[in-house]
Amino acid sequence: MSSSAEILSQAFTLGYTYTRSTGPIVGQFLTALRDRKMVGIKGSDGKVLMPPVEFDPVSAQALSDFVDVADCGVVQTWSWVSEPRKAHPSDKPFAWALIKLDGADTPMLHWVDADDAAQMSTGMRVKARWAEKTQGLISDINGFVPEATALSEDYQANEAEEPITGIDSPSYLTYNFTAGGATARYLAELKKGKLVGQRCPSCENVYIPPRGSCAACGVATTDEVELTNKATVESFTIVYIPIPNNPIKPPYVIANLVLDGANISFLHLLSECKNEDVRIGMRVEAVWKPEEEWGYAMENIQYFKPIDEPDVPVEEIGKLKKGGR
Amino acid sequence: MRDVAIVAFAQSDCVRDAGARNEVELIMPVLQEVYKQTGINSAQDVDFTCSGSCDYQQGAAFAFVAGVDALGAVPPIKESHVEMDAAWALYESWLKIQMGQAESALIYGFGKSSPGELPIVLSQQLDPYYLAPLWVDTIAFAAMQARVMLEQGLITEAEMAEVVARSRKNAANNPHAQLKGDVSVDELLAEPEYESPLRRHDCCPISDGACAMIICTVEKAKEWGKPYAVIKGIDHRIETHHIGSRDLTQSISTKQAAEAAGVAQGPVDIAELYAPFSHQEIILRRALNLSDDTKVNPSGGVLAGNVMMASGLSRIGEVAMRLINGEGKRGVAHATSGPCLQQNLVTVLEAQ
Ligand SMILES: [Zn+2]
Repeated sequence: MSSSAEILSQAFTLGYTYTRSTGPIVGQFLTALRDRKMVGIKGSDGKVLMPPVEFDPVSAQALSDFVDVADCGVVQTWSWVSEPRKAHPSDKPFAWALIKLDGADTPMLHWVDADDAAQMSTGMRVKARWAEKTQGLISDINGFVPEATALSEDYQANEAEEPITGIDSPSYLTYNFTAGGATARYLAELKKGKLVGQRCPSCENVYIPPRGSCAACGVATTDEVELTNKATVESFTIVYIPIPNNPIKPPYVIANLVLDGANISFLHLLSECKNEDVRIGMRVEAVWKPEEEWGYAMENIQYFKPIDEPDVPVEEIGKLKKGGR
Repeated sequence: MRDVAIVAFAQSDCVRDAGARNEVELIMPVLQEVYKQTGINSAQDVDFTCSGSCDYQQGAAFAFVAGVDALGAVPPIKESHVEMDAAWALYESWLKIQMGQAESALIYGFGKSSPGELPIVLSQQLDPYYLAPLWVDTIAFAAMQARVMLEQGLITEAEMAEVVARSRKNAANNPHAQLKGDVSVDELLAEPEYESPLRRHDCCPISDGACAMIICTVEKAKEWGKPYAVIKGIDHRIETHHIGSRDLTQSISTKQAAEAAGVAQGPVDIAELYAPFSHQEIILRRALNLSDDTKVNPSGGVLAGNVMMASGLSRIGEVAMRLINGEGKRGVAHATSGPCLQQNLVTVLEAQ
């Protein structure tokens, strides 16, 4: 059985750098925001929906009748955020609120910059605090403030005239990713300079890198199997296109390699050979970095290089004997 | 509609951080457990498999595809996925059986929320022009909903605390629960506000975990020779994404789903309600028109442990297992998704 795994984790940020088309209805609302104006849309029942939607929430009819709405109104409900999160629009405590603007019949969600929760109440009047520079985004409203608050109106006038038809809406989420148990055990061995796969107790296939299960049988891989440094080229490609942020200069060879004793391949680099000599069935071996540079990563192996052994016939690659034995 | 039998259900413990367990390592134990309960060997022994999960939770793209490695899908199986709670994966599977395209199905849900900041992750499921760019989170919506109800006199803070106290008490008998124990209403009300008007205990905890279920035709259940509970009705409804157009003091979509699923057609002995915030349990009890005789959330509900994308299926599994164990004759399970109970699925179950 396997030893208990050390928890390996790494912080990372996942970015979704989306741009979105707005369509005519949302676009018109955002265009108005850029001019520091509010517009709602008339629903099927004549009520003014804010912010505008393309289709009536009840009748599902397409809507198109825009109506000017004030940039001030009444708080209908609110919550108080005493510990703002990093992503929140304010870094000091603030309120979220549903605000019914004068001239609208439904409230819209935004945030209120108030000194403390005691300053907030349902029914209080608030007004929009426009951003110094507007872009046609919901954040052109830099929050609402209690109506009596004095605001400097030292705005940059909007000079753009083209209506808004699309917006940049990047979204970055931060995570502390943890490797799975099987992966953590594999990486811990890799840090010691060993290639250790895991065997399926049912079909005896050996997986490296292991993911915790035999995908074919749906059972946990438990037995650990130390493999050699030697492998066979199952397939390869020669990369001629420079890839941004990749320190390796093209052309270079990436190969699918099956380690001796394993049943599935993984990707790695091939070097110390002429690219045009690389072929399926070629025998290769791992070239490790100096020990002091080893970490929890496959980059401990710099690349694989050819060795002087006869090629493996194509039909035998990846079809090693059960259990790799 | 043909009756569909639930023959097996398993769930992992709800834990705040599953640590070094990836999706397959979370899923495999509950799959093995439902295979054992059903007396089958693997996903190869059912006609259809459907899962519910959301890759944004753990920030691993295509984790739902990686999860298939837990199934043993060689030779290939018929498989599907919903980027939703697995209760909706059950709905898809139930439809497959209604259509005669399958006699049996395996359903599983999993969620590993610990790597990310769940309320912020969930903000990105909202309207991408008006709401997501503000990063307004799930707790904020629930807090604004609770305030409307408190200020209109539709609930009291003491009633909210009673929901929490009962959840913790019931969870004492649930080995999978994350939060449990005896705590009085007065003690809860003495706690400070977290996101006013909510206190921390009014909000469900964040949990990692998984659950799995096997359903089939009644004929197949008899062939397998296993005890089962029967799905008599199931329906789901959604409300507008335009939050300002919704009546937050009630759950119209739950009412509609309950009517279509036939909740009122008999007494309800047990109900498991997916109420991530205490006041929402009160909204749901009213929407489902449950009487005082109904045992609500005997497991402790999701205030005792909430595995996003699995908790809805677990509500259905909890009711089914209690009916199989003779704790009642008829039960209702509810699952939800979206801000302020935007989308709701209601299942009516009966003992065999
Ligand atoms: Zn296997």
